[in-house]
Amino acid sequence: MSAFRSWRLRAGVAITGFFVLLAVIGPFFASNPNGFSRAEWQPPSAAHWLGTTQLGQDVLAQLVAGTRTTLEIGAGAGLLATVISIVIGIGGGYLGGLADELLSLLSNVVLVIPALPLIIVIASFVHATGVWPTVAVIAFVSWAASARVLRAQTLSVRNREYVLSARASGERGWRIVFFEILPNELPIIISQFIFSVIFAILTQAGLAFLGLASPEQLTWGNMLYFAQNDEALSSGAWWWFVPPGLCIALFGMGLALINFSLDEILNPRLKIYRPVKSRKLAPEPAEAVS
Amino acid sequence: MTTPKSPGWARARRGTRLRSPVRYLARKLGFYLVAAWVALTVNFFLPRLIPGNPIEVILGHMAHFGTPPPDEAQVLSRILGLGNGSIFEQYWQYLDGLAHFRLGTSVYEFPVPVATLIRQSILWTVILVGTATVISFAVGIGLGVLAGWKRGTWLDNLVPATTLLTAMPYFWMALLLVYLFAQLIPALPASGGYGLTDNVGFNWPFIASAIQHSILPAATIVISSVGGWLLGMRNMMVATLSDDFVVAAEAKGLKPRRVMLGYAARNAVLPSVSGFAISLGFVVSGSIVMEQVFNYPGIGNVLFQAVNNDDYPLMQGIFLVITLTVLGANLLVDLLYGLIDPRTRIG
Repeated sequence: MSAFRSWRLRAGVAITGFFVLLAVIGPFFASNPNGFSRAEWQPPSAAHWLGTTQLGQDVLAQLVAGTRTTLEIGAGAGLLATVISIVIGIGGGYLGGLADELLSLLSNVVLVIPALPLIIVIASFVHATGVWPTVAVIAFVSWAASARVLRAQTLSVRNREYVLSARASGERGWRIVFFEILPNELPIIISQFIFSVIFAILTQAGLAFLGLASPEQLTWGNMLYFAQNDEALSSGAWWWFVPPGLCIALFGMGLALINFSLDEILNPRLKIYRPVKSRKLAPEPAEAVS
Repeated sequence: MTTPKSPGWARARRGTRLRSPVRYLARKLGFYLVAAWVALTVNFFLPRLIPGNPIEVILGHMAHFGTPPPDEAQVLSRILGLGNGSIFEQYWQYLDGLAHFRLGTSVYEFPVPVATLIRQSILWTVILVGTATVISFAVGIGLGVLAGWKRGTWLDNLVPATTLLTAMPYFWMALLLVYLFAQLIPALPASGGYGLTDNVGFNWPFIASAIQHSILPAATIVISSVGGWLLGMRNMMVATLSDDFVVAAEAKGLKPRRVMLGYAARNAVLPSVSGFAISLGFVVSGSIVMEQVFNYPGIGNVLFQAVNNDDYPLMQGIFLVITLTVLGANLLVDLLYGLIDPRTRIG
């Protein structure tokens, strides 16, 4: 495919790959993220590349350790949300009738209820501060948008010839869903999964920042929580609160860039057919492109 | 040339199912009523289904300061508005209480009613988030129209960079802005919603101070949310520009401005408006966390206090009020959508 010629896809894959690699092998090289030292509030130096916290912990070591947990939560919640959305979206779209009406009503309702306040309330009731409870709560609230997209796609795929012929030849329902419909929706599912991961990481960061994550679980969001609580801002310790947020933004940007290119492949209408120069031949007053 | 009909009309005639305005209205109202009912019901069942009983949690807190009195559990149950009798009776009491705007009593700031705490703060958030969202929507859509119109140019190539803004947590953007514009360059107030010496009320010094205090929070919301509108609008614009009616309009020799705004943008904006629901929920979620950075006197800050103090009635009240406000705003936008998309009003 010519897709890899797109600089967006290459940049996206490179950024995402970097963070995944960091999460997998980083912790083996970094020093103890919780090790205290007498070097407190140190700005970046040769000994501490990203400086130290108020307790003398190395910010870089914390960042690396946080990468792993953050990515675990993002991938876990994204995966779970995608599975739920496949069941509800494709299931509803394929079954049709009353089941579809009810499932799509459910998706639409979950979609309009603002997610974070609901997650906050649930998380504080169940005291979901560990990694997996957080994953479950985030996934439970964030599947609806994907389900709607998948349902729409299933409705259009359902009556295509190859599905109809599979049905005519007596294939079972679940086989049609898993072997005929699902593979054809894989690019959309991947794109929805990527959105879910971004959402999960942002939501986890928000939860952690409000103090709803267990303090032992080191994530980018949790680092920001400690930075805020220990007044890194008013002490001017930018090296403490800038890197974790930047990581969230960069990782999210990497994923979004992949999605951006996926979108262009999936949606031919987004391809720019006319070369730019031919537009200028049209009888228009000079377009001021400097 | 006489005024050409908007292309939306031409397409509507081809549509198979046309709805009358009344039907449209009823459908929308019905949907939001169902959504509100689901939110109310979830809110009712949360404290009852979940193993970690809030009463035990609060008793646990009290045990730190001495043995709680023996009948404390019943008292707490009354305060928390958990009701009594069978689950149906409790549900009825709960709905009845809501209808009278009784949201229970705050545990932490006992005996202040939850409704009072919310009333004091909700307006701050609604005005801040509302104004910032309108600005962000207008700027994002405007820039999206331009980027889509000049697709493939340097301007369009800047669009992917906005994904960085979209992927930033709101509260982190807030931290950055405070650091830059309140500390390094002390130009704007870093926290609070108004000056300490101001009299809260309808007087000029207070309003001026409130506006000044809202600049950084509003900027946070605009910067963090503008990318989403921009990207969606740009993509719809590119897609619409390859449609036949746009090509025909260009072939007719209409002015480019007219083709861009009257033909392409007018149709491309519809998904952004109908997708407002999802985006608004996202903006509100981001903003309530962000408020804590600014110590803004809005509902997000109250929610933060509630979370930190295990103040369950307050938390639930805030969840309900935020949800109902977002649903109301969406209903409003959906009704507006009926006005701007002619396909929904031909009957």
